[in-house]
Amino acid sequence: MKNNNKFRLDAWGGITLLMLGFYGLFLLFPLANLTAMAFTSTETGRFSFEHFIRFFSKPYYSSTLSNSFKVSIAATATSLLAGVPLAYFLTVYKIKGKKLLSILIIISSMSAPFVGAYSWILLLGRNGVITKFFGGLLGIQMPDIYGFGGILLVFTTQLYSLIFLYVQGALRKVDNSLMEASANMGRTGFRRFFTVVLPLIMPTVLAAALMVFMCALSDFGTPMLIGEGYRTFPVILYSEFIGEVSKNKGFASAIAIIALAITTVVFLIQKYVGTKKAFSMNSLHPIEEKELKGAAKIIVHAICYLVVGISILPQVYVTYTSFLKTKGVTFVKGYSFDSYVKMVDRLGNSIRNTLIIPVVALACVVFIAVLMAYVTVRRRNLVTNTVDVISMIPYVIPGTVVGIAMLTAFNTRPILLSGTMTIMVIALIIRRLPYTTRSSVAILQQIPISIEEAALSLGSSKIKTFFRITVPMMASGVLAGAILSWVTMISELSTAIILYTGKTQTLTVAVYTQIIRGNYGIAAAMATVLTVLTVASLLIFNRLSNGKEITM
Amino acid sequence: MSKIKISNAVKKYGSNTVISGLNLDIRDGELFTLLGPSGCGKTTLLRMIAGFNSIEGGDFYFNERRINDIDPSRRNIGMVFQNYAIFPHMTVRQNVEFGLKNRKIPKSQVTAEAQRFLKLMQIDQYADRLPENLSGGQQQRVALARALAIRPDVLLMDEPLSNLDAKLRLEMRQAIRDIQKEVGITTVYVTHDQEEAMSISDTIAVMKDGVIQHLGTPKDIYQRPRNLFVATFIGRTNVLEGEYRDGKLRLDQGYLLQNGMWDKIGDQPLKVSVRPEEIVIADGETGLRGTVLDSIYLGLNTHYIIRLSGGEKIELIQESTMEELIPAGTAVNLMVKKEKINLFTGDGSRNLLRGEAS
Repeated sequence: MKNNNKFRLDAWGGITLLMLGFYGLFLLFPLANLTAMAFTSTETGRFSFEHFIRFFSKPYYSSTLSNSFKVSIAATATSLLAGVPLAYFLTVYKIKGKKLLSILIIISSMSAPFVGAYSWILLLGRNGVITKFFGGLLGIQMPDIYGFGGILLVFTTQLYSLIFLYVQGALRKVDNSLMEASANMGRTGFRRFFTVVLPLIMPTVLAAALMVFMCALSDFGTPMLIGEGYRTFPVILYSEFIGEVSKNKGFASAIAIIALAITTVVFLIQKYVGTKKAFSMNSLHPIEEKELKGAAKIIVHAICYLVVGISILPQVYVTYTSFLKTKGVTFVKGYSFDSYVKMVDRLGNSIRNTLIIPVVALACVVFIAVLMAYVTVRRRNLVTNTVDVISMIPYVIPGTVVGIAMLTAFNTRPILLSGTMTIMVIALIIRRLPYTTRSSVAILQQIPISIEEAALSLGSSKIKTFFRITVPMMASGVLAGAILSWVTMISELSTAIILYTGKTQTLTVAVYTQIIRGNYGIAAAMATVLTVLTVASLLIFNRLSNGKEITM
Repeated sequence: MSKIKISNAVKKYGSNTVISGLNLDIRDGELFTLLGPSGCGKTTLLRMIAGFNSIEGGDFYFNERRINDIDPSRRNIGMVFQNYAIFPHMTVRQNVEFGLKNRKIPKSQVTAEAQRFLKLMQIDQYADRLPENLSGGQQQRVALARALAIRPDVLLMDEPLSNLDAKLRLEMRQAIRDIQKEVGITTVYVTHDQEEAMSISDTIAVMKDGVIQHLGTPKDIYQRPRNLFVATFIGRTNVLEGEYRDGKLRLDQGYLLQNGMWDKIGDQPLKVSVRPEEIVIADGETGLRGTVLDSIYLGLNTHYIIRLSGGEKIELIQESTMEELIPAGTAVNLMVKKEKINLFTGDGSRNLLRGEAS
């Protein structure tokens, strides 16, 4: 601890500067570039607000803003309504099949949202199985799945699981004595939930709600597939940037900047509210599960099974359809592996890409995150603080915006990266780094500095101490976090869809492309492969984390 | 082995000076304790010796070697931390071997040395376990074995017993003292527990506000504390107002005492420190008069809380007797053992019996 709070140009100082350079080049520069383009007139090349004026003056564009807000807020509300009670029930009551339910919730949280959208179309769309069943047999008209309702359904069934995982983590920290104390003073049931439990977990609920809101706001695949006339922000952003109709990069940049401004404001509000209401809790005695009786038992069980069942349904159905016989692009009676056989031709490099790109990105993310955690925890100074703050920026940038910023910045010499695997790797690093860094920081803060000092006093050098003592102690926690990052990386669509080329197409992009082309059988087979990869990763996670459960 | 010399040590945190101009000599092979309330600077000083805190001024020597600018990893110190700082991902043996492996020693010697200290600390039967399966006391032994295995010049211990329960603490206290005597290593020990310090140390430095208040043997510190802070911090004591006039000490209610040791004290108001065991209940009319408020029977001793007629509350301790306890409300007459009590200047800064300038 020799003046560790002052910046010195030693090994750690050098690493800090390198990171600053990395972020400068691959985050700040693309963002600056994007901002410049947004404020540059297409014709004159001078500073102008024309793109922003165009956006806000034409309802075609500006309506996407309110559309996005409406659907994101609604999705946040419904996810909270489903996720919070579910987490509470599974923590407080004995539920049969709890383990299985938890696993299913995690799987549904890890799948790509657009796969859910696609599956819901198969189930509830115009030619959907359920639609036909009710329409044909019972003559009941099912509600329209396309548009606002459909997006909301997909978002809710996908994103409530995030709320669940966050809230469950928070509930584990609530001490049972608080529950007993309130029961002792005559307050139980709903009243206890609203007056004692909910206020305690409120900061977590807010953080989770923000997460859901951000996901919903920036998700591109779902509204693209199921939104039809209901256009949201990321859709317009994508089609203005990639679409054949318009090649106006300046206008797309302006939309990206507006998106960024909105997410930043939302993030800051949450941060302000969240820190004001935070409690520090440590529970010696976690809440004990109680056995329910009679009608309450049936109702609670029914709610839990229903919510989880609905959320896992699309995944199950997609897997099921992958084994159906196909004729052209439609499913016919009978089962076969045809879709898998055909899939092999269409995969190209995508399986390889889906393994290589995230693996390389993940290796870099873990490496950088551990170093970053070390400099920000053990060497707090102005420079490391700056790196820390910059590294958090990607929290608020929608994936599509990251893609667009990277592509426009590195489309020309001297740094020509567009179309390469490198640019996809870097984009993933930038997007995932804040999450892994946060968890690494939390792990490092748990390690008392005296352990490092003990190593030093035993004659071990600083570098040796870092690699022999600090890194091994952080390893299991960091790796467990990395697996979760890995899962989100392989199902990532919104950045890849901007950056991919034929050579660098990932499995997720391939699934999306096949769905768009109407090759439902192949898409289903690919989506199944993706699910298998996800589940396998989660199994490895369980191994590595010694059966510790996933908490956010 | 080395002696430690510290001259004019200065420690600052920003503009806040924690230690200013501290001097200290620690003899070769002694167990030296830094004792003081929390925030007195004892751990700060220890960490300056270890090299984990920067030194803003002064010189630190191990024998003749100035260590100020030597990296902690090259000072050849063994350190035992409050939380033990055992490497959780290494077995007990790997922990003990860690320091040895950082030196250019043949493998066979590393194994032999580690084994010797595992045996010495009686943890050889746990050698291949991971530390998480050990009890607090056993972890403490691992930490000590690890620190000693590198044959350090100096052993530093930062409140090593504070995480143990009371019984284990007594046991480890003895173990540490035995090992230290056996190995004969210069040891600097930090604690806030005065009883622990008394029982383990050759020399104690009582610290407060970054200043050494009293440096001496446990006996010296207890019997002739240099100032009123040391008198109250070490053991228990009653502080009475008094006045020295015409060769006599005048206490509450005109109780007069005379002692040849006090001849050089000039006439002045005093603070008188009378430890509970320095008061006896006596017959007669000449002592302090008081009323028993409460009695606490502790087996070996019995404590009495007494209110003096002047209003002050004092405590006295006597060896338990077969007789009944004195009931509350009883009027008693008290005498003090005048050769044991200590007289301090009115501001409590100096013990008038030590014949030294403050």
